[in-house]
Amino acid sequence: MKFDTPATTNPIDQMKVVGKPTNRIDGPLKTTGTAPYAYERHDVAANQAYGYVVGAAIAKGRIASMTLDAAKAAPGVIAIVTADNAGTLGKGDFNTARLLGGPGIEHYHQAIALIVAETFEQARAAAALVRVEYAREKGAFDLAAAVDTAIKPKASFGTEPDSAVGNFAAAFAAAPVQVDARYTTPDHSHAMMEPHATIAAWEGDKLTVWTSNQMIAWSVGDMAKTLGIPKENIRFDSPYIGGGFGGKLFNRADVLLAALGARIAKRPVKVALSRPLMINNTTHRPATIQRVRLGATADGKLTAIGHESWSGDLPGGGPETAVAQTRLLYAGENRMTAMRLAVLDLPEGNAMRAPGEAPGLMALEIAVDELAEKLGMDPVAVRVLNDTQVDPEKPSRPFSQRQLNKCLETGAEKFGWAKRSAKPGTTRDGRWLVGMGVAAAFRNNLNGPSAARVRLARSGVVTVETDMTDIGTGTYTIVAQTAAEMMGVPLDKVVVKLGDSAFPVSAGSGGQWGANSSTAGVYAACVKLREAVAQKLGMNAADAVFADGQVKAGRRRAALGDAAADGELVAEDNMEYGDLADKYQQSTFGAHFAEVGVDAATGEIRIRRMLAVCAAGRILNPKAARSQVIGAMTMGAGAALMEELAVDKRFGFFVNHDLAGYEVPVHADIPHQEVIFLDEADPTTSPMKAKGVGELGICGVAAAVANAVYNATGVRVRNYPITLDKLLDKLPDMA
Amino acid sequence: MQTPGDFDLSRRGVLVGGAASVAAATIVPAGGADAAPAATPASPPTAKVRFDVNGTARELELDTRTSLLDALREHLQLTGTKKGCDHGQCGACTVIVDGRRINSCLTLAVMHEGDRITTIEGLGLPDKLHPMQAAFIEHDGYQCGYCTPGQICSAVAVLDEIRAGVPSHVTADLGAAPQISAPELRERMSGNICRCGAYSNIIDAITDVAGAKA
Amino acid sequence: MRSFTYERVETPAAATAAFARTPGARFIAGGTNLLDLMKLEIETPAHLIDVSRLALDKIEATAEGGLRIGAMVRNTDLASDARVRKDYGLLSRALVAGASGQLRNKATTAGNLLQRTRCPYFYDTNQPCNKRKAGSGCAAIGGFNRLHAVVGASEACIATHPSDMAVAMRALDAAVETVDAAGKARSIRLADFYRAPGTTPHLETVLAPGELITAVTLPKPVGGTHIYHKVRDRASYAFALISVGAIVQPDGTGRIALGGVGYKPWRVEAAEADLPRGAKAVAAGLLAGAKTTHENAYKLPLVERTLAGVLAQAKG
Repeated sequence: MKFDTPATTNPIDQMKVVGKPTNRIDGPLKTTGTAPYAYERHDVAANQAYGYVVGAAIAKGRIASMTLDAAKAAPGVIAIVTADNAGTLGKGDFNTARLLGGPGIEHYHQAIALIVAETFEQARAAAALVRVEYAREKGAFDLAAAVDTAIKPKASFGTEPDSAVGNFAAAFAAAPVQVDARYTTPDHSHAMMEPHATIAAWEGDKLTVWTSNQMIAWSVGDMAKTLGIPKENIRFDSPYIGGGFGGKLFNRADVLLAALGARIAKRPVKVALSRPLMINNTTHRPATIQRVRLGATADGKLTAIGHESWSGDLPGGGPETAVAQTRLLYAGENRMTAMRLAVLDLPEGNAMRAPGEAPGLMALEIAVDELAEKLGMDPVAVRVLNDTQVDPEKPSRPFSQRQLNKCLETGAEKFGWAKRSAKPGTTRDGRWLVGMGVAAAFRNNLNGPSAARVRLARSGVVTVETDMTDIGTGTYTIVAQTAAEMMGVPLDKVVVKLGDSAFPVSAGSGGQWGANSSTAGVYAACVKLREAVAQKLGMNAADAVFADGQVKAGRRRAALGDAAADGELVAEDNMEYGDLADKYQQSTFGAHFAEVGVDAATGEIRIRRMLAVCAAGRILNPKAARSQVIGAMTMGAGAALMEELAVDKRFGFFVNHDLAGYEVPVHADIPHQEVIFLDEADPTTSPMKAKGVGELGICGVAAAVANAVYNATGVRVRNYPITLDKLLDKLPDMA
Repeated sequence: MQTPGDFDLSRRGVLVGGAASVAAATIVPAGGADAAPAATPASPPTAKVRFDVNGTARELELDTRTSLLDALREHLQLTGTKKGCDHGQCGACTVIVDGRRINSCLTLAVMHEGDRITTIEGLGLPDKLHPMQAAFIEHDGYQCGYCTPGQICSAVAVLDEIRAGVPSHVTADLGAAPQISAPELRERMSGNICRCGAYSNIIDAITDVAGAKA
Repeated sequence: MRSFTYERVETPAAATAAFARTPGARFIAGGTNLLDLMKLEIETPAHLIDVSRLALDKIEATAEGGLRIGAMVRNTDLASDARVRKDYGLLSRALVAGASGQLRNKATTAGNLLQRTRCPYFYDTNQPCNKRKAGSGCAAIGGFNRLHAVVGASEACIATHPSDMAVAMRALDAAVETVDAAGKARSIRLADFYRAPGTTPHLETVLAPGELITAVTLPKPVGGTHIYHKVRDRASYAFALISVGAIVQPDGTGRIALGGVGYKPWRVEAAEADLPRGAKAVAAGLLAGAKTTHENAYKLPLVERTLAGVLAQAKG
């Protein structure tokens, strides 16, 4: 099905099942520990051996020598995989560094060997017996020091590194009110709870991997390229994924090494990355240095908007697109953005939840707060005043829907924003300095082609098959809701099967495109199934009404399952997109509000209240969508207050490479969170009229918290995370 | 700032070479343990252990190195208990042993002779949910589901701990019995990390089961 | 993790005898730190002596009016004990500020004292660390050391001791009771228990090989207001940036011990005389001779400010 004109009325609009806050259909499995994750598939292959990954001890250089004798002789060891015996390996399109290093080493903890043994304990012990000597080479590890070497990167995914409208320099210089500030955001780790894990088994030249992966088709293709075998010979199965956040978009060392280990050991091999290895071995959100310049008239109208960002990556990598939102978020005639990329020999930078917008808004939305203060205006009012309903770079192109102002105004009212003291450092609650902050949320909506197969059984049960993944997003449930709505059956008559590359290729889970895209694919397949059902029952598809497990056309009526009386009916389709996303700027919007307390003595910051108001198209399941948003708010709270990969600039690695060292929020950090969804349905996005929401939720959160800290203390911190050591010398004297 | 390059190791710390020491390759020993490899026996020592898991007596002969977590997941194939970090930093492996929640990753299976172990599977199964499991579903107290069994085991034990009068970091008065409240639950649940960020809903679920107001 | 043989013992005498008999042996009780380090081969015992079931799990009154806390008393049980809550509130407060509920259910009194540093370079066997491997160097000096020591450190090591419990124990004048392989018992003041890193940071306590902690004793209660303020970025389940343990008497005198600033819980009795003069004076005495890095210099004002907050709180 091709979606190239805005949707009109369709069966989804009934909203009998779609749009309801249904409990997740995978809930009973997940809450009882019976949902099988990758490393737990004892049943899929007999005689599984255990693999343990050895990571490089240097950031850059070469392996001078590697002595495996002791490891080979260790009890239980079956095989050892290194670059020496792995055969010729390619590199996947989505990988920057090779998944198996040696002799060249590209980053710290790059995998250099896999020990395969009879037991986990034996594999782990033997891994420690591998002796490696390295020839260390000089590397670049310090972004601030590398800024001068940063170059203009090539366009990626159609995004140019630079943009310019009007005459920014002149307009900024002439602006009566200016903000010109530098901000930094650190490297962040996805730190999903389930480590990257895979079981691999070969049958002849055919490989099956039971793994934990967000993007099945991409990863099948990359694995084929890496191993140099046809895609058709590879099957991925990833029905349950213990969190991804972008960290499992691509193949990592676990899947490649499990496959190589299984080939060399001639038996199935299971591999999980150990937690202390994960952070340097896999990808992370790159640090940024950002400069934001805002010029405004005395009454608050933006006349000049400039945003520059510097980030680093390994050779061949890309920039963190931290300026992306600035091209679209606010009105203003004169604009410029620029991204520059330095080579850093740290581990590979890549996508993490809302890549670009998340760190970009961390800077931009502090800058807007600073502007509001200089103007003597309320920060909500400044944002409302500078709203635009069209693409500011291309005014002929409207936003498909844009309710940013309503998000801000609704949030201000619900949060009690009027009670905020405009003068920082003036609200006190016992030992706590209290403040409120606000930030706009913005994330583009992306759609991708997505296919599904639907089967109708004689029992009336509808089974959906797609290689779409559920990384905690609620995919199982919204796919079931979509099929139930389309086929007119209750939710318990729908079976959803996901994550298997044997199923039709979906959009996958990333870039908050999964929910709208994958359900649109299910919609397309269900339209075909409805046609097949009508034909089978001798009805005109256009007249057929699917409801309550029955199909009606005129005076004729049949049970849905009757259509499959003499055999299962199967339909498959792929939703593809025309140019609506070019004609309309499709984006999602929100407003985040936070209240913090700062201990006047110690500078400890604790969040007291959080509210998000989101305008993100039709909300397919308000319960699951709300969870996406509160989860993103939690990750945003982490970015505001604690998350930072500490770079050792001498040795080139992230030092705090475990969950004790890299702090993410715990229960005690997070208050009760409120989420409000504005009522929307966007007919330009798909027949579902939905958009993404899972990444919108993190966009702007950290800045809202940062602005609240400023409001509480009067101390402006522009370097994330905002930790007490950055406040201490500016807090009121304790004497 | 320091210039990356050569370094020498000394008792005074790591001496980083100056700008002049341009990228001369230095051989550094690395990888694995610092100590000399121990003589490895032909097969690793094993020990027998008997304990009760979810009401069933189990007897295992295990490599002494086997954690209780790996005994459950790999030997008994009770994979509901999750390995998130294997170092006591996340809580995904939480099980209840003799009525107390512990991190099963940081305890050896052979040390649990005679113990009574309850895992998530022992609390309830899909067709017979424990009230805490049902509340997690109702309040959407999970997303990816990987930390969830640990959260639920912890939550069940936390309510018992409060009833037993165990104080917490946020208990205002050490002389009084702690009460069930959102701040108490948040503090006590803090050893269970949820990167999906379902915390707000998890606290609602536990509060619901406890029959208290949030 | 290296292979090891395992035995469970029933008496302290059997424990120390087993140690004497078996090369490379270590005692294991709660195991929450030892196993963590064994997985990384930072600890590599060849034999584990399981002392977790020794009958050292009682908290008893002493003839002097204090408490004798068995070495195997779990952190949760110690924090919950009615006598501790009433008379040694600082100890209860410090215990529940540490780790997580799960870890406190496992961790023992003796093991808590013996837990090793959380310096990330100590935890990474690719990196030089004099504490882990004598003479290999200290990567924390000149590296990521925001969490590191500001007092008592040496040119070989700037690691901190991570225990909260030990901070309270130090303020309460605790003593450690031990028994050695010859059956000889001794009592060591906690003040004398930890060794300064000097040039030998791998030697952390004054315990002899095979010497087993049997109990920790507390003198009779000293009254006063007990406050433990642990300062951290994350609200819970995190090691201290710094912590202040205080016992403040109605007349303004008292005791102060600090966590997160040195290789041991940090107390300077002489500085306590300045308590009536306020936090600034006391902090100056406590942190005399402090040596900071670019990343951990904030700990000096943080100690002073936290102490000021604690003293204000004690006044009510």
